[in-house]
Amino acid sequence: MARSVLAGSRIRDYRIGRGLRQADLAKACGISPSYLNLIEHNRRKIGGALLVRIARALGAEPAILSEGAESALTMALDAAAGAYPDTNAERERAEEMAGRFPGWARLIERQYREARRLEQVIERLDDRLTHDPFLSASMHSVLSSVTAIRSASAILANGENIEPEWQARFHRNIYEDSQRLADATEGLVSYLDAGDSEGRAATLPQEEVEIWLAARDWRVDVLEENPDADVAPLIGAPDGPATPAGRALAVRALTRYADDARALPAARLSEAMERITEPSRLASALGVPLATVYRRLAALPAVLCPDGTPWGLVACDGSGTLIFRKPLPGFDVPRYGAACPLWPLFRALQRPMALIRERVAVSGRNEGVFDAEAISDIAYPVGFDGPAVVEAWMLLRARLPGDDAGPALKVGASCRICAVPDCPARREPSVFALPDEAG
Amino acid sequence: MTARRVLLIEDEPNIIEAIRFILSRDGWRVDTHSDGETALAAIRTRAPDLVILDVMLPNRSGYDILHDLRRDAATKALPVLMLTARGQKKDRDLAEKLGVSRFMTKPFSNSEILSTVRELVG
Repeated sequence: MARSVLAGSRIRDYRIGRGLRQADLAKACGISPSYLNLIEHNRRKIGGALLVRIARALGAEPAILSEGAESALTMALDAAAGAYPDTNAERERAEEMAGRFPGWARLIERQYREARRLEQVIERLDDRLTHDPFLSASMHSVLSSVTAIRSASAILANGENIEPEWQARFHRNIYEDSQRLADATEGLVSYLDAGDSEGRAATLPQEEVEIWLAARDWRVDVLEENPDADVAPLIGAPDGPATPAGRALAVRALTRYADDARALPAARLSEAMERITEPSRLASALGVPLATVYRRLAALPAVLCPDGTPWGLVACDGSGTLIFRKPLPGFDVPRYGAACPLWPLFRALQRPMALIRERVAVSGRNEGVFDAEAISDIAYPVGFDGPAVVEAWMLLRARLPGDDAGPALKVGASCRICAVPDCPARREPSVFALPDEAG
Repeated sequence: MTARRVLLIEDEPNIIEAIRFILSRDGWRVDTHSDGETALAAIRTRAPDLVILDVMLPNRSGYDILHDLRRDAATKALPVLMLTARGQKKDRDLAEKLGVSRFMTKPFSNSEILSTVRELVG
């Protein structure tokens, strides 16, 4: 039933739904059947005491008869039905359901929302397992140790005639790997414990927003089409950030996105990129700040990027805390704790307004080489007498196989999972045995 | 009779030792290599009958190495058994798309790796 139906039609639907004859309802309400007939066909306005009497006789809320069931409840029922199409729930009767059985409708709505919330938690945990560099590296270490222990112990246990020298070697290997397994597991447990105490690690507001943006491939089509569009429905949609803090951060992120799209519309950027692809030259040619160009390039889908290679983007505030993370395959960005101090991002923080360019090689397995450039800016949002607000932005692009190799600065994601053995900027030991520590 | 040759590209020394032991006892000649960047050159030089390739290697991913192997006529049909600690469907799908012969997730058993090697170089 459409939400625009009139009160009379709702009364009629309710009456029929309850198996009441028009005459019976009219009698119960102290009016003539012909008058009720006029009301039910929307030929008489209804309100006040009569509406209350009719509602009471029908066992419905007067407001539901006059205004329809609350739209949020109806929309939630409709969304729930849409999520499980195999149930063949009558979506066109969602409003009727909300109106006639409000308690059951609220129960369905509550269960649907809870199911969605749990699905989002699972998505975040799954995403975290996949993309959190510490977890990924720790799991690799654990599984490698387990594999080595399993193989060596099976060799020793199968009763074959093994030379004493090999027996000793496999015993030593099992000892070493069990030690390594214990260390990696301990590190993992500490990390997970720390994550838990950081306030439901999987639901950190910034993480919520990043997962939400990543699901849109970091592009907000509605703002590309119209930077002045209302983003509230987008953020408030069932798949939007679940927490108030997440929604607040989403508003801030989309406000900046809209400002950028207004300053540098997609069409203008595409046109310029036919001639220029180098970010600083784009900024000069288009007369926009370099950080704006970085953000606009990072919002481009891979198909629109030169060679189909997308840009990654990382930002930090004046404290060095990461405030935006669009990682690239091979360039992991830590979600917890501090990042590698050698990133050009932090050098840009030390030299405001100066463009820092550096080719970086991410250490460890699956080493990737990236062209990075960074810029930082100082703003005085409340005037020059107020505090200076600093932000730095770093744009990343994977080096293509055919590109000039050239020297690259060895960097990591964060010290705990970095495999550079003698890094002068190391803050803390790696969880992995490095060549000079392994003996 | 010349022993058939396996090139094991893996950077975990104790896994290398165990696999080398298992396969050697079965009559295979096992060469090893631990660096991703120079793995392709090692494969071309040693011309093995089968490559056991770890995914997460220092300096270059096993996926990249497999990609290059399949683009080279000389190694296009070379059996490649891929080992990885990441056994998600997307990892397996990527390996299959790139032309892996067999994909095995860690931890695997000795008998699994032995029977797979025998099967791939039948």
